[in-house]
Amino acid sequence: MTTLVALPILLPLIAAALSIACGWNRNLQRLIGVATLAAVTVISIVLLVHVDDVGIEVVQAGGWPAPVGITLVADRFAVIMLVVAAIMLLAVLVYAIGQPGAEQDHVVFHPTYLVLASGVAAAFLTGDLFNLFVAFEVMLTASYVLITLGGRAEQVRAGMTYVVISLLASTLFLIALAFIYAATGTVNMADLGVRLAEIPSGLRSALALLLIIVFGIKAALFPLYFWLPDSYPTAPTPVTAVFAGLLTKVGVYAIIRTQTLLFPAETRPGTLLLVVAAVTMVIGVLGAIAQDDVKRILSFHIISQIGYMIMGLGLFTLAGIAGAIFYIMHHIVVKTTLFLVAGLIELRSGSGRLANISGLAHTAPWLAVLFLIPALSLAGIPPFSGFVAKLALVQAGLDAGQYVVVGISLAVSLLTLFSMTKIWANAFWGHPRVATEPALAPITAPTAAPIGGARLMMAVTGVLVALSIGIAVAAGPLYRLSERAAADLIDTRRYTESVLNP
Amino acid sequence: MTILLAVIAAVLCGCGTYLILQRQLSRIVIGVGLISHGAVVLLIGSGGGRGDPVFVGRELRSFNDPLPQALALTAIVITFGVTAFLLALAYRSWTITNDDDVEDDLEDRFVARGHRRGGDIVPAGDLLSEDYEVER
Repeated sequence: MTTLVALPILLPLIAAALSIACGWNRNLQRLIGVATLAAVTVISIVLLVHVDDVGIEVVQAGGWPAPVGITLVADRFAVIMLVVAAIMLLAVLVYAIGQPGAEQDHVVFHPTYLVLASGVAAAFLTGDLFNLFVAFEVMLTASYVLITLGGRAEQVRAGMTYVVISLLASTLFLIALAFIYAATGTVNMADLGVRLAEIPSGLRSALALLLIIVFGIKAALFPLYFWLPDSYPTAPTPVTAVFAGLLTKVGVYAIIRTQTLLFPAETRPGTLLLVVAAVTMVIGVLGAIAQDDVKRILSFHIISQIGYMIMGLGLFTLAGIAGAIFYIMHHIVVKTTLFLVAGLIELRSGSGRLANISGLAHTAPWLAVLFLIPALSLAGIPPFSGFVAKLALVQAGLDAGQYVVVGISLAVSLLTLFSMTKIWANAFWGHPRVATEPALAPITAPTAAPIGGARLMMAVTGVLVALSIGIAVAAGPLYRLSERAAADLIDTRRYTESVLNP
Repeated sequence: MTILLAVIAAVLCGCGTYLILQRQLSRIVIGVGLISHGAVVLLIGSGGGRGDPVFVGRELRSFNDPLPQALALTAIVITFGVTAFLLALAYRSWTITNDDDVEDDLEDRFVARGHRRGGDIVPAGDLLSEDYEVER
């Protein structure tokens, strides 16, 4: 079982190397990519079952004991995230193979995508703050390449902002690490949980705030979100979908992990996080209402939704964190699906601009269904998964007596519904219109043909829609799983014990 | 010694921040480089005062803490790679626009230009199309 923990990181890295070597044959690259991510998905599910059953699984790389060696920890929260991430990465890769564009035009797509997968897995599994930095860098470096794939003018402009902001956040992370190491003499997270409790509380709060800022930039929290709606929409659709689903959520994961594990219960910045969460929700949704492009509307919704997850964390109760974990599961699936639908809309009408699309409900009724279900789910309409996730958060908020933030979150749900109806009314209703703008021609000539085309893209999107309905159907067991994961996060003794005294 | 390192880190980060706030891409790249140097110096400083090189001195107690140095080395390699990518991106931007400045986000400008007309918000997209001009 212990070797399984390292495989989600190692397999994609090895496959990436193989994929570079097979650059002359796109079909071989496709086979390697899909097979690897399918294997990672299976391994993650096995790990989830095992960890939920037996308990936390720890790997000390090279056999060096905990505070010295490189520690990988698979607890429930990490493995839940790993499973959802692996399924999304696999689905989006299959979608990319069907979509004419990035995957066919560039040899580097497959290797970079696999490196991204490895970085995401490493960020979830690491038990060491410095390795979290390295995992972030692996993931981000791959994302820099993916977001500028094609090198069109607006991609370069957006990519520049994205790279500079991410690099700045990473540097701040390094500075935080230097402070933490100077104060405690360790970077192992379990060890830090013990030692940070011993340092003066003012210093501890400063370190906690610094970490919130670092991960807040990556997660696009208010007021650190400006880069996101600017840079995400310019990338190729599959890339945007996977970024929207996963990258910001890795930031949220890091916030939840560090705030629960590293800092003792009595000094947690709950009120600060709740205020930030409320403002993030409102600003995100207001930004979405003002936009006119499907991908930009959806990008602003990412920001708004991040607020809900942070709200769950800010309550610092069992129900709150369980709600946040459940919300992340639902959100990753739904958000990725919506971006894939946006890609299909662009493919059909040649543009993502609402003013240029009309009457898709007549010409593509199935596309309308595929959009409607995740859109209603995002807004939190019963009986979809978003409703269950929001219900869990609202209930947790009411139990904790945080009525203001609960009220704001409900109002934001209404506004989310409003902006979804805006897309619906503009793009799907009305008279069908002939495409006005031709799809953007790639700079380099395609070196391979897509397999399956629009049919495969529709099929993948359909599977993800079914998955989001599945989350709603299996809400009971999944919520109880989130609750068990949250219990581990609140009572950190088991985590610390299994890392330090195996 | 540690105070000196802290002052150097502060100066590097300060100069870097000033450069990042400029509009020319080349200055931004240099600014990013300076800030990451500051962070690396800070990492080295976090290991405490001076000591013998590891594996050379005889006394175990007189060793300098090797971990921050390993961390700093990793950080240097990563920043080096990303800065190289950033430079390539800046060069690409220069070949496309023939200009070293950070470009405006056009979509943002369009959304800002969309305005109220007869109670309705004119969608920004309509400002682009010619039929809007005709209607007006």
